[in-house]
Amino acid sequence: MSSKQDTKRNSLSRRQFMADSARAACGVTLAGLGLSLYGESAKVHATQALRPPGALPERDFLGACVRCGLCVRDCPWDTLKLGRMLDPVATGTPYFDARDIPCEMCEDIPCVKVCPSGALDPALEEIDDSRMGLAVLIDNETCLNMQGLRCDVCYRVCPLINEAITLEMQRNERTGAHARFVPTVHSDHCTGCGKCEHACVLEEAAIKVVPHSLAKGELGSHYRWGWEEKDRAGGSLIPEALDLPDRMPLDGGKL
Amino acid sequence: MNAPIGMAAIEKKGWWASHRFLLLRRLAQASLIGLFLLGPLAGVWVLKGNLSASLLLDTIPFSDPLVWLQTLFAGHTLEWSLGLGALVVTGMYLLVGGRVFCSWACPVNPVTDSANWLRTKLGLNRSGKLSRSLRFWMLGMTLILPLLTGMLLWELINPVSLLMRGIVYGMGVGWLLIAAIFAFDLLMIRRGWCGHLCPLGAFYTLLGRVSPLRVNASKRNECNNCMDCFAVCPEPQVIKPALKGQSTGASTVILAPECTNCGRCIDVCGESVFEFSTRFANKAETQS
Repeated sequence: MSSKQDTKRNSLSRRQFMADSARAACGVTLAGLGLSLYGESAKVHATQALRPPGALPERDFLGACVRCGLCVRDCPWDTLKLGRMLDPVATGTPYFDARDIPCEMCEDIPCVKVCPSGALDPALEEIDDSRMGLAVLIDNETCLNMQGLRCDVCYRVCPLINEAITLEMQRNERTGAHARFVPTVHSDHCTGCGKCEHACVLEEAAIKVVPHSLAKGELGSHYRWGWEEKDRAGGSLIPEALDLPDRMPLDGGKL
Repeated sequence: MNAPIGMAAIEKKGWWASHRFLLLRRLAQASLIGLFLLGPLAGVWVLKGNLSASLLLDTIPFSDPLVWLQTLFAGHTLEWSLGLGALVVTGMYLLVGGRVFCSWACPVNPVTDSANWLRTKLGLNRSGKLSRSLRFWMLGMTLILPLLTGMLLWELINPVSLLMRGIVYGMGVGWLLIAAIFAFDLLMIRRGWCGHLCPLGAFYTLLGRVSPLRVNASKRNECNNCMDCFAVCPEPQVIKPALKGQSTGASTVILAPECTNCGRCIDVCGESVFEFSTRFANKAETQS
């Protein structure tokens, strides 16, 4: 075989290789682009889909969870489900629907213990420290307590009764003679377990657990609550108001 | 023109000997699924989890090394349980050849095998062309996407993990994706998914470069060119150097890492040319 033929075959196959590679690169890039877009839409915004205790923030969670379902298996209450395709969560990742089965707040947190990837953060040791979401009394117009009745179910079932949910007594303006006991959620204690939403007696719950991103506002970082600053400093931060001389005439009113 | 594929082998070796590895493979695939289902169905927890990560008898961790790599590329810190599981699996497949996973464990294999079987039965000979190296590009994509986005994007649609997870935990419309792969292999490209696209197969191919367990065409001189082995092999290009390498003195061992060690060539060869052996069992006659 002449070396000329050899060279020709080489250059042909090199050209072929380049063309194949370019085609493959294009195809794979397109596929990757499609996947990225799908991935963005797969992030949980839905209120029905709450992550298990200790779940990392959503984006980190989607980079850590391997979708093995071991958390589902070790949950003694069958609370957790794995997302199927077209569910409101990324395929294969664990979530629960509080209205359906809420988190029972096991003290030993078996789902976190069994998670092999750390997507459920092993640093979570006290279940009361978990923040799966935040309960919000989302509909004042149907909540029985808000109408002046004594339902109190959400308050009674709360594992952190009187901490995560308190009843705030207010005057019942409608009757003028009674009180309303307004269920009030405190974000520094609410774990987002969803028992309140699960237990709400209405057809559609008036109290719902929603992701923190939906439930919480955020102060500008420069804001201070004056009364808290005052407590912390043990007194007002500015000098007391000047006591200007009273202008009441000293001589009893004669100008 | 010819007798049906494997007929000569059945006549010469009997039915069992010419279907041995196929049946053992199906048994292995079914057992794996069975072990995962034993827990949820019968309450006996031998294997818990799925192919992405699992626990054997609640103690020994297994995990998919490619999934583990994806979490690392996504910037997630190393978690010992997942890493250990990945090491266990990698070690296992380093010994027997990575693509043993593809042919003996992967739940997609029966899907694509049956698509190919039907393709043969229906005489669908036309096949589209796709580069067999495309899977390495796919592999690159599965690792670069987490790097760019911090998410395991491939795991949103990975049919391999999706199918086993679906069987064990419920599948929903995921079946559509599996049906799509079946149709793709049946109607568009022969062995399209496993042989050209699957990044997990590509990943395990890399382990196959050093694994000792290999198929050996040890009696290649007795080959009668019936071509049955080429017809059944999911990666037929790997056979030629070993089977037809007499003139160049090439090794009789199939060294190409794409070989899945499925053993189907051993089954269908009427002349018993092939056998399982190690990569060091080269029986090429040294030409002196």
